Amino acid sequence: MAEVTLVEAVNLALGRAMEDDPDVVVLGEDVGVSGGVFRATLGLQKRFGADRVLDTPLAELLISGICVGMAAQGLKPVGEIQFMGFMYPCLDQLVNHASRIRNRTQGRLTCPMVLRTPHGAGIRAPEHHSESTEAMLAHIPGLRVVIPSSPERAYGLLLAAVRDPDPVVFLEPTRLYRAAKGEVQDNGEALPLDRAFVLRQGRDITLIGWGAVLREITAAADLLSAEGIGAEIIDLATLKPYDEGTVLGSIAKTGRCVIVHEAARTGGFGAEIAALIAERGLSSLLAPVTRVTGYDTVIPMARLEQYYMPSVERIVSAARKACQFN
Amino acid sequence: MASSRRVIQDLPVIARFEVRRRSCLAPDGSIAGPLPAFGSDADLLIALYRAMVLLRLFDKKAVALQRTGRLGTYAVSLGQEAVSVGIASAMREEDVLLPSYRDNGALLWRGVKLEEILLFWGGDERGNHFSGPLHDFPFCVPVGSQAPHAAGVAYALKLRKEPRVAVCLFGDGATSKGDVYEAMNFAGVHKLPVVFVAANNQWAISVPLRLQTASETLAQKAIAAGFTGEQVDGSDVVAMRAAAEEAIAAARDGEGPRFIEAATYRLGDHTTSDDASRYRSVDDVQAHWKEEPIARLRAHLVGRKMWSKADEERLATECHDRVEAAVERYLATPPRRPETMFDHLYADLPGVYAGQRRELAGERDG
Repeated sequence: MAEVTLVEAVNLALGRAMEDDPDVVVLGEDVGVSGGVFRATLGLQKRFGADRVLDTPLAELLISGICVGMAAQGLKPVGEIQFMGFMYPCLDQLVNHASRIRNRTQGRLTCPMVLRTPHGAGIRAPEHHSESTEAMLAHIPGLRVVIPSSPERAYGLLLAAVRDPDPVVFLEPTRLYRAAKGEVQDNGEALPLDRAFVLRQGRDITLIGWGAVLREITAAADLLSAEGIGAEIIDLATLKPYDEGTVLGSIAKTGRCVIVHEAARTGGFGAEIAALIAERGLSSLLAPVTRVTGYDTVIPMARLEQYYMPSVERIVSAARKACQFN
Repeated sequence: MASSRRVIQDLPVIARFEVRRRSCLAPDGSIAGPLPAFGSDADLLIALYRAMVLLRLFDKKAVALQRTGRLGTYAVSLGQEAVSVGIASAMREEDVLLPSYRDNGALLWRGVKLEEILLFWGGDERGNHFSGPLHDFPFCVPVGSQAPHAAGVAYALKLRKEPRVAVCLFGDGATSKGDVYEAMNFAGVHKLPVVFVAANNQWAISVPLRLQTASETLAQKAIAAGFTGEQVDGSDVVAMRAAAEEAIAAARDGEGPRFIEAATYRLGDHTTSDDASRYRSVDDVQAHWKEEPIARLRAHLVGRKMWSKADEERLATECHDRVEAAVERYLATPPRRPETMFDHLYADLPGVYAGQRRELAGERDG
């Protein structure tokens, strides 16, 4: 098995999906000849032709809108938005059309599309390139929102997203595109959507996150382990709809929980998980559920972004406090 | 300023564009321009006439239902019936319609039942699971947002080499939105089989066209996207059908997109929630009644001895009966069970939402 980066895993999954199904088309800005700004679509136009791997005009609303039209005709479009900060023109199409055309027509028209976009900060990118606004998307009924945190899960979850009969927003952790490496078998096997992944078992505290922060969570768990605290790590992976059972099962075991996300705290997806635990896991709790998140500020530009993002130290500190609570 | 203007005028011209206007019948029903081949097809002309009369009567009934609390907000086509009917009449069944919320006439022509349209405007999604072609799009309420869908549909048709055409209808207000321009621009780049139709009824709710755009015509908006736009007398169903036939045939033959500006007038309120007397004068509206499409075609048909007073009376009775029967079926439609709101959310309802569905079902039972 070859070791690949996360972005290479995305590329493998796209190539496999296009190989397997002639209805899959890839579209976006610079995805063709150039292979995408992060090279996620590298070589696909050569393999599958410019009709199936098309460079669109520079118009994000259009990219999402033509995906809806293509999908209603039975194609399986995979659109790329270059950075999450540029995807807001797509919200009209996602909220008003992609997520509800099945319901609006009572199943007559459907929308098997994927919209991919890089997610999160940490690469010292220019302004508007470091967004993590997944909670806005996870609020939309009818949509699926998926974020992988390793090459293996990027491959398996993206294949699942392309094959899914409903619209999926696929958020790719920018910071891990080249930093995360792992073995991926290009065997066409998808991973299940709507399921969380328990990356490490532990009995004292549950650490929940998605995307790039799994790196900091893992490092924090290592430090906690040296202190004798066994941390269970959950990669939520699919935020909409999310795997409540795995979260509640883990809380029942550990009684403590720290939720970590890069996005701003207020109205972030961590609040949803905390509410779930309050509603259905309260009797298991040994300490308050806490959140380690980005601050309620505009995501700072490169010079301050490291202070904004959840650090290993903040996670360890929150976990320690939870374990000392009585 | 003066000097820069002089300089511009001295520069060589590198491109010239023109916009043409199509008109077949004058407002009094006389012949205003060359008639298309179907101009001698009495059956077709009468079919167009019947469709417009049915639509107007249906609209009237729908408003009455709304006023008496039996229908939600509704948008009438009064004055612009020729647009949706003329366009739809030139489509083949396998073509794909992407309508705005005021295009009942197109849906009816394509086989959607009156009671299905009432069901939708009565607040029931089942109205969109209609008897028209299953691949047609439902009414689009967010203005112009269906235009990118039309480009996507057309791309799929072209990719599969299917000789089908996407036909997208919207109003003059929609031409101010990026959605429409982005879609047209993309369609131009790929020479897609799509026809964009702007029903320019002069009003976007209360905003008149002159506040919508400084363009002399809407048709010229196609020029920037690299394809032909024409202005058509949108209150002349013969011209509308002729323009649509040409544009759809060209798109089907691989010649790329076309844009049709149907210049017409909205004689009614924007919807049942609007009162147009707040923003336009009775005189203005009255003047446009002289151009409306139904009287115009009737005068033409009567003038050519294709239509009689007896035909008119028979048609009125027939439309009345058809509408009344549809209203009865609409009102007798059994209600949906509340928990069915979950049933078409996803192909398979994710397990985490099953509990909410049960909760809703339980609340009703209990």
